[in-house]
Amino acid sequence: MNEMSAIEKTVLNDYKYGFVTNIEADEAPKGLTEDIVRFISSKKNEPEWMLEWRLKAYRHWLKMEEPKWANIKYPPINYQDIIYYSAPKQKIKPKSLDEIDPELRRTFEKLGISLDEQKRLTGVAVDAVIDSVSIGTTFKEQLAELGIIFCSMSEAIQEHPELIKKFLGTVVPITDNYFSALNAAVFSDGSFCYIPKGVRCPMELSTYFRINAENTGQFERTLIVAEEGSYVSYLEGCTAPMRDKNQLHAAVVELIAAENAEIKYSTVQNWYPGDKDGKGGIYNFVTKRGICQGNNSKISWTQVETGSAVTWKYPSVILKGDNSTGEFYSIAVTNHHQQADTGTKMMHIGKNTKSRIVSKGISAGVSNNSYRGLVHVNKKAENARNFSQCDSLLLGDKCGAHTFPYIEVKNNSAIVEHEATTSKIGEDQIFYCNQRGIDTETAVALIINGFAREVMNQLPMEFAVEAQKLLAVSLEGSVG
Amino acid sequence: MINSVEYFKEKFDLLQHANKDSLLGSVHQQAFNAFRTMGIPSVKHEEWKYTRVGSLFNKEYNVVLEQKPNTISEKEINAVRLPGHEEANELFFINGIFSFGLSKILSSKQLVVISLKEAAAGEYNDVVSKNFNHSSNYLKDGVNALNAAFAQEAVFIHIKKGQITEHPVYIYNITDTRSGNTFSQPRSLIHVAENAQVQMVETYIALGHSQDFTSQVTEIIVEKDAHVEYYKIQHEGRDSSMVSTTHLRQVGKSYTHTVTVSLDGDIVRNNLNVVLDAEHCEAHLYGLYFQKGSSHIDNHTVVDNVKPNCFSNELYKGIIDGDATGVFNGKIFVQPHAQKTNAYQSNKNILLSDSATVNTKPQLEIFADDVKCSHGCTIGRLDEEGLFYLQSRGISEKTAMALLLHAFSDDILSNIKLPAIKNYVDELIEKRLEM
Repeated sequence: MNEMSAIEKTVLNDYKYGFVTNIEADEAPKGLTEDIVRFISSKKNEPEWMLEWRLKAYRHWLKMEEPKWANIKYPPINYQDIIYYSAPKQKIKPKSLDEIDPELRRTFEKLGISLDEQKRLTGVAVDAVIDSVSIGTTFKEQLAELGIIFCSMSEAIQEHPELIKKFLGTVVPITDNYFSALNAAVFSDGSFCYIPKGVRCPMELSTYFRINAENTGQFERTLIVAEEGSYVSYLEGCTAPMRDKNQLHAAVVELIAAENAEIKYSTVQNWYPGDKDGKGGIYNFVTKRGICQGNNSKISWTQVETGSAVTWKYPSVILKGDNSTGEFYSIAVTNHHQQADTGTKMMHIGKNTKSRIVSKGISAGVSNNSYRGLVHVNKKAENARNFSQCDSLLLGDKCGAHTFPYIEVKNNSAIVEHEATTSKIGEDQIFYCNQRGIDTETAVALIINGFAREVMNQLPMEFAVEAQKLLAVSLEGSVG
Repeated sequence: MINSVEYFKEKFDLLQHANKDSLLGSVHQQAFNAFRTMGIPSVKHEEWKYTRVGSLFNKEYNVVLEQKPNTISEKEINAVRLPGHEEANELFFINGIFSFGLSKILSSKQLVVISLKEAAAGEYNDVVSKNFNHSSNYLKDGVNALNAAFAQEAVFIHIKKGQITEHPVYIYNITDTRSGNTFSQPRSLIHVAENAQVQMVETYIALGHSQDFTSQVTEIIVEKDAHVEYYKIQHEGRDSSMVSTTHLRQVGKSYTHTVTVSLDGDIVRNNLNVVLDAEHCEAHLYGLYFQKGSSHIDNHTVVDNVKPNCFSNELYKGIIDGDATGVFNGKIFVQPHAQKTNAYQSNKNILLSDSATVNTKPQLEIFADDVKCSHGCTIGRLDEEGLFYLQSRGISEKTAMALLLHAFSDDILSNIKLPAIKNYVDELIEKRLEM
């Protein structure tokens, strides 16, 4: 019984990124119409083809219905009650990072991201996106020397239209799904990253997303293109202030890996999850997809999902090139009233393609955590290999853990394995630790860390530390 | 064409003149209303994602609703009897209508077989009202509702309290398609009373060469300390399709054991639900599907742990050859408070040809924390090392394959506890393995 309360205690944590920054914002009126799409496009000074692309997406979106199949419940979203464009007001576009609004910089310092180039020491190039507009990108020059383009999406549209035209929407077409169509219509910024042939990106690239203004939705779009033989590791982090109202986040991420290229994409998602009664929080409806276009290419998704009131997210890999590899490592933690329906899709098309899925779900409080995944082996995908493992850990008797793996195999040379387990922390494990002088709370943290280790090991070092702390914080007080 | 709701409306109105207000009458009516709203499931229905049942409803059928004079000869009946029938109770459905004339009850001390109408009107009223159409809580689709709406000639089987049925019960579903395509909807409600034991074998036979579509629902209620073994052998020809539902509900601490063997058919869909509605229940579910040609086999199973302390073990194995498709969907639900549940599930598939397909979805939905649940599934081809080992010892490739596949199926077959039936299925598999 005592143990129980210790666990309960640990769960009652505060969301430490819940501050609001007072920055004047340039906002569009509420609601979504063709005019708003035009407004966003003209605000961003976009060329005609981009506007056409947005309008096409918008018109298609109007014809679509919100998906209802996921194992999540939320009140209907009023898409006319959202501000689709909110940019921190800056009179003149800053030429260098020093000119950025000091208030803004303080925000990022609070988040632990220094836009200052002192950050050089850690060797991470950061593109910070606040309320869906890119604020500043660090290390641009150094990267440019290698021919790497790392900039905000709006910059890319202005400066590299040929690349954007060629790649944008090729992995996640505008007609793909409800939220991706919405994103294509109203996305206001995001990051673009292009690694030329044969270049190994010397540092981790990173984007930090933050929703600041109230009633806004964040719609960012990320596009990463790795040309032949190149390598890039990309990090993404997200936070938001605490608000009573739910906010919408509908992002799209597209990855393209050419022959022999490798992309490693890591996410630590810590949007505001709502308070312990389930009030407020972010609706996180994200479409992430990568394509292994060339032979021997590799895409690896790693995600640590601790935030958001509702998560609907399936980072996928299309294994088109022969011998290509797709990986998905995920930890999804839900507490209080959080709901997560997340997983992956591995589409085996090329020969000798391999995929590996490791998904760890931890549920506490009255939350629900679902893994939903698809492994599809095409008729022509000779010698495809997949291994999937989904483990769930339940902390408390009011939460739920669910697994929905879909496996479709049309080629007899494929070897596909799937296994899943569900369990709780055993009393014997706790006892073992107690006996050795480790108190229950620490013991639980220890066991959870062990449970999540396989995925944690995949994270770049800078993130692993943060993720581990997050995990502990998210579950504070939930273990019994 | 029977794919229109209006078509069934006409038929339904014809049947509904007499007993509108009776217990069954209102269930039929409700079920029919449910069918009208749900219609025939399309592939957009999550439970029917991989099985296109719409095409079955697109054909012209004779829809049999009432008992017709028997047109099947003694000789034909003898030809389809299962081995061991001399020592078995035999029950016959002809075109989905239960035939008292053909059925043979050896264990009249232990068994009561009456029409469902009679059961509902008499001493089993309580059992019928509590349990008839309980499966509709789990299967929310038009096919199941349609069966309940048209289950006018259903049979009620009662295994008396404390009785061990010495002779197994063989249930034959015969469809006579000699006068054209036939659509039949057999329905039964089986009540296994406290401390009773029974072994049941169900099989399906089509006579004639037209197409038949059987939509069957069997509901079994298992009371405290009862013991039920249920074997389903599906070995109809290429012209036969079916949607066959078995709904086992364990309302007292009891034991059930089911084996489903599917060897042939055009489109075959099995729904097996096991509801563990009492503490300390035990359920074993086994299945083997071995398909070739262009046949399509779909096994949907549900194990619903409603009460704590239950145990279930599920193993389904499939061998898919030719252009065939195998579908498996296994759900394990652990309801809130169903603590100390132990539930295991495993699905293993072998693909023998380039154009065979397997779609599998092992699904866990768990709302209690003190449980041990696991599932696993594999898809692959025959172990090459095993094949090589056997070949290196002078065994031809064909024989080696047969040996390995036979061993693969044996995990399931060894769970058939009636020797006559086990040998019968074994022989069918051996014949198939001569390929």
